[in-house]
Amino acid sequence: MTTTVFTGLGVVAPNGAGTEEFWSATLEGRSGIADITAFDASGYPARQAGEVRGFDPAAHLPNRLLPQTDRSTRFALTAAELALADGGVDPGALVDYDMGVITANAFGGFEFTHREFAKLWSKGPQFVSVYESFAWFYAVNTGQISIRHQLRGPGKALVAEQAGGLDALGHARRALRRGEAKLVVTGGADSALDPWGWAAQWSGGRVAASGEYRPFDRTASGHVPGEGAAILVLEDADAARGRGVSRVYGELAGQASTFDPPPGSPRPPALRRAVELALAEAGTAPAEVDVVFADSAGLPALDRGEAEALREVFGAHGVPVTAPKALTGRLHSAGGPLDVVAALLSLRDGVIPPTANTDDVPEEYGIDLVRKAPREARLSTALVLARGTGGFNSAAVVRTYDH
Amino acid sequence: MSRRVVITGMGVRAPGGSGTEEFWSLLAAGRTATRRISFFDPTPFRSQLAGECDFDAGAEGLTPREVRRMDRATQFAVVCARDAVSDSRLDFGALDPSRVGVSLGSAVAAATSLEREYLVLSDAGRQWEVDPGYLSPHMYDYLTPGKMPAEVAWTVGAEGPVALVSNGCTSGLDAVGNAVQLIADGTADVMLAGAADTPVTPVVVASFDAIKATTNRNDDPAHASRPFDASRNGFVLAEGAAVFVLEELERARARGATIYAEVSGYATRLNAYHMTGLKTDGREMAEAIRVALDQSRLNADAIDYVNAHGSGTVQNDRHETAAFKRALGDHAYRTPISSIKSMVGHSLGAIGSVEIAACALAMKHNVVPPTANLYRSDPECDLDYVPLTAREQRVDTVLTVGSGFGGFQSAMLLRRPEGVS
Amino acid sequence: MSDPTTTTMTLDDLRRILSESAGSEGGQLDGDILDTAFTELGYDSLALLETSAVIQREYGVEIPDKVATPRELLDSVNGSLPAAG
Repeated sequence: MTTTVFTGLGVVAPNGAGTEEFWSATLEGRSGIADITAFDASGYPARQAGEVRGFDPAAHLPNRLLPQTDRSTRFALTAAELALADGGVDPGALVDYDMGVITANAFGGFEFTHREFAKLWSKGPQFVSVYESFAWFYAVNTGQISIRHQLRGPGKALVAEQAGGLDALGHARRALRRGEAKLVVTGGADSALDPWGWAAQWSGGRVAASGEYRPFDRTASGHVPGEGAAILVLEDADAARGRGVSRVYGELAGQASTFDPPPGSPRPPALRRAVELALAEAGTAPAEVDVVFADSAGLPALDRGEAEALREVFGAHGVPVTAPKALTGRLHSAGGPLDVVAALLSLRDGVIPPTANTDDVPEEYGIDLVRKAPREARLSTALVLARGTGGFNSAAVVRTYDH
Repeated sequence: MSRRVVITGMGVRAPGGSGTEEFWSLLAAGRTATRRISFFDPTPFRSQLAGECDFDAGAEGLTPREVRRMDRATQFAVVCARDAVSDSRLDFGALDPSRVGVSLGSAVAAATSLEREYLVLSDAGRQWEVDPGYLSPHMYDYLTPGKMPAEVAWTVGAEGPVALVSNGCTSGLDAVGNAVQLIADGTADVMLAGAADTPVTPVVVASFDAIKATTNRNDDPAHASRPFDASRNGFVLAEGAAVFVLEELERARARGATIYAEVSGYATRLNAYHMTGLKTDGREMAEAIRVALDQSRLNADAIDYVNAHGSGTVQNDRHETAAFKRALGDHAYRTPISSIKSMVGHSLGAIGSVEIAACALAMKHNVVPPTANLYRSDPECDLDYVPLTAREQRVDTVLTVGSGFGGFQSAMLLRRPEGVS
Repeated sequence: MSDPTTTTMTLDDLRRILSESAGSEGGQLDGDILDTAFTELGYDSLALLETSAVIQREYGVEIPDKVATPRELLDSVNGSLPAAG
């Protein structure tokens, strides 16, 4: 059976554009959460976000792509280029149909479409841009990445709020295992920090008015939304070896997606089953998992549910748990892939990044949350979790890869 | 990945009828359901036509509470899912929920609701800033439309993989293809799969106006969608939905299910060329067709009918004509090819599933639906596009294709499994 | 927004609109480009559609689909404008 390995990473995160920048910020506890600068948010119920500050799209993208791209697509294209370069991928040297693009997207090109809605209703239909027909839709990042790098294999765009990014990685893995492709550019990108997008995010009912994101803390009152992209190159291990890849970050050993029963159902939530299915696919026993990158909703009811699933699988305090996203906010479709990047770098460096901001974890949660400072450890297997509003659960198992 | 997957139930909502039977009657008769837009005043727009559904949520069995919490596209999906479940005669209550999944497609999902909420929040476009005091409690579901597959999952009690595949205009094909793969590789045993899109709303109309992809033949709505005709000048926007029950072949046989078709092959490829443009050679669509044939272990000459993307843009019709010739060789000239978009318009992310329904019904009735409004073919489109009138003939194997913005090119093969009449 | 009753469209006007509508790489629009095909300048049909829409809004002139070079486009716009004065 095909082994699928990560060979390239690309990150545009609120606390670091570039993989190593993000990683050093994550270990050193530098936060990307601050007052919103994209617009005057003083009149809104929440005013802090994980904003990617100082991002100059012209420095990363051909000028020709600027008029036709939303901010989220600029993040996606930038991260994809970083990932391909990091992986030493020369698309021209490979078979075009062997390279696919599978990304997740939660909001589409929302700021772009907000501008077009405004033009339509304040000026008239003839003011709407020709680019609106694709700059908005959820498939835009898959299409733009494919075009820019000449990747003609299988393409897909998935929407499952925060869970979609891990789902995309899982779909990429399946495409490789079916033999549809040798390499897939995969991950997620999102941004909606225009006034309408910001208000719409608030309306989901899970955003902390305080601007403080404290996963698993007794005082948790919601999350802080962020923006950004995490794009990875996932590759058939044999194909990677064939093209002379010398550095493999790790293996995507298993991934599973489940869905919760309807609200009010007596049936149990399905997160635990996603974990069990992903571990089973990886052929990994719970005791072999060295660290969990948790979904970390930052709302007590949801945190308690996740802690319960972890207790059921690993036992109380059975595995270190962390949430580096406390420093970036929730990045929606990019959130899961960014946690996978963090997990791979944890395996590489033998260190678990801490969960910032969290001081007081209720004892009944029964989780060993890594807080305050990085924890050094021998790490070979990590579990990454993501949940999407509505009932989506996704779990991925990554582990070190020995040639 | 060896398990075979079949369609055992379906539900359709398309312009011109309110269910599967009416949908098929329209297609078989070659009638068209495109009309002047009635949902809003289309006068300021270049293209003023659409395939609209006369959808009465109450009459469709949705409660007032469901209507309030579901976007129009989600309502379509749920109604079709209920029809599909009933049509399949499968007892979902007896299934293990963890083995049941959902895979739906949509290109623009909650666009209609987004636009409605925008007008409230921006005071009809007067303000760039929005007033959070006017936020709908459902606004977040419109921002990120996971609610569509979620509602369908709740309808059938699915707790396995649930996904919204948003591949633009091939979403309807790709969502079903995704479901087929999940059953084939053993991840799920039963999937509700299909698509819904309700894009007949000003912002979508305006965006296709800008790119001149839609026709402006406003004086003749019933004959405005003219795939492959020399006089065609764009597609007619539409809404619609189709949802299927998919299950593993042996399970379907064991319970004595009525089998519409086996999905024996599916592939999608990106053309990596242009967000909206198509190369004339049809190379990537041909590759998707080739892979789907290969998975089916069929030669091109086994194909009895090709359901074309046939959007009615000059660019598309030539592109896919080239793709058929490239993939099917001489058989491209012998096999009947038609576009139902001539009758029901182009419902973006939904149409791929609506077309799969048309293919399954063509197999059921042994009738090839026609291309309406095709009086004189574009000389560069020189294949048999079944003009105007349906054809009675044996239909055992069908190819359906889709093509969309972003460069997505998809192909699916449906066939009658052995022993099914 | 230009006043269509008094303004003719210059090559620099076109450079600005092209750049805003479809982007431009450094120097791409410099020099004598009047007779260089838009396709050679790197502008595809989509870029020209967006550019034409902006010109139509600013100058009130509809650009035919077939214009191939900046000169043809400017002639088309200026030939349709009412004489100055």
